[in-house]
Amino acid sequence: MSVKGNPNRDKVLAVASSGGHWVQLRRVTPAFADSEVVYVTVIDSYRSQVPDNKFYSVHDATRWNKLGLMILAFNLIWIFIKEKPGVVISTGAAPGYFSLLLGKWFGARTIWIDSMANIEDLSMSGARVGRYADLWLTQWPHLAKGEGPHYAGGVL
Amino acid sequence: MIFATVGSQEPFDRLIRAVDEWAGSRGRFDVLAQIGASSFRPKNIEFTKFLEPSEFNRVIRAASVVIAHAGMGSIISALEIGKPIVVMPRRGFLRETRNDHQLATAERFGSRGRVIVADNQKDFAQKLDYALTLTAMDPINPEASPRLIATIRAFMDGTLAELDPPVSVGSPESAAAAKAASPLVSYMTRKA
Repeated sequence: MSVKGNPNRDKVLAVASSGGHWVQLRRVTPAFADSEVVYVTVIDSYRSQVPDNKFYSVHDATRWNKLGLMILAFNLIWIFIKEKPGVVISTGAAPGYFSLLLGKWFGARTIWIDSMANIEDLSMSGARVGRYADLWLTQWPHLAKGEGPHYAGGVL
Repeated sequence: MIFATVGSQEPFDRLIRAVDEWAGSRGRFDVLAQIGASSFRPKNIEFTKFLEPSEFNRVIRAASVVIAHAGMGSIISALEIGKPIVVMPRRGFLRETRNDHQLATAERFGSRGRVIVADNQKDFAQKLDYALTLTAMDPINPEASPRLIATIRAFMDGTLAELDPPVSVGSPESAAAAKAASPLVSYMTRKA
């Protein structure tokens, strides 16, 4: 699928789990000031923090819960079919990992910013997501590698 | 008032107990804790399971000190409004979280002096007493670093030529390897 053919080339799907993942995602979305940003997270009441944006909440699952992950995957597939984003960005965790994978399937450009909480090692999702990330970033210089993830500053 | 939070996901009885005991011993009745899935029920402080974001914002702004686990969400939320924050890192061996990543977070931020780290319950009371002597700090910028924002913008515009080579380059060979594996090349050669 060609990115050029996507009329939503600059439409951003911004995905994060709750808590720190979400707080960090919110600090990078000012980079998308000129684009439509659609938020996806796991707590429905976060909706009130982004009143001017489209917002979806999905099933909260970790990688330890297979059924939960399947529900999450179906939630996300539905969102991708409806929104057809041109760009997908995530700070983690499981919902972000699946979103980058789906992003590649749906021909979107994908960005992963590994959570700042992962100082000693990449997150479990972040270490595995490289093949689906067009821009694969860590927030710690000592975790950056030539083949990725790269370091380009942090959310703080 | 003082606001304590264990974050949005896992229980953290050790922290809530420490806050409760501190409040009892100091006779402080103006403490509110968001205890999440914790099973410990405090006796000396007010508590609630979960605060909606608007409530959370109101309470954290009203607090003179924030108490939390050493999670990025709590730390950033406090720094964004310039509040002193006392953190107790969750420990992997106590099954408070999956590993000791919060220890590393606490070390990094504690050494920058904006976050006060309490390792255990005794330490906690002292650290909280100290935090209450602090005045509010300047809030941090609400956006990510300019470099990260610029990198994402360039990526969006298709003008991101190259990323910096890894910082941990030790030898000319690894520098050359890093150069050869520029992000776009490495992406295209990576099996999808």
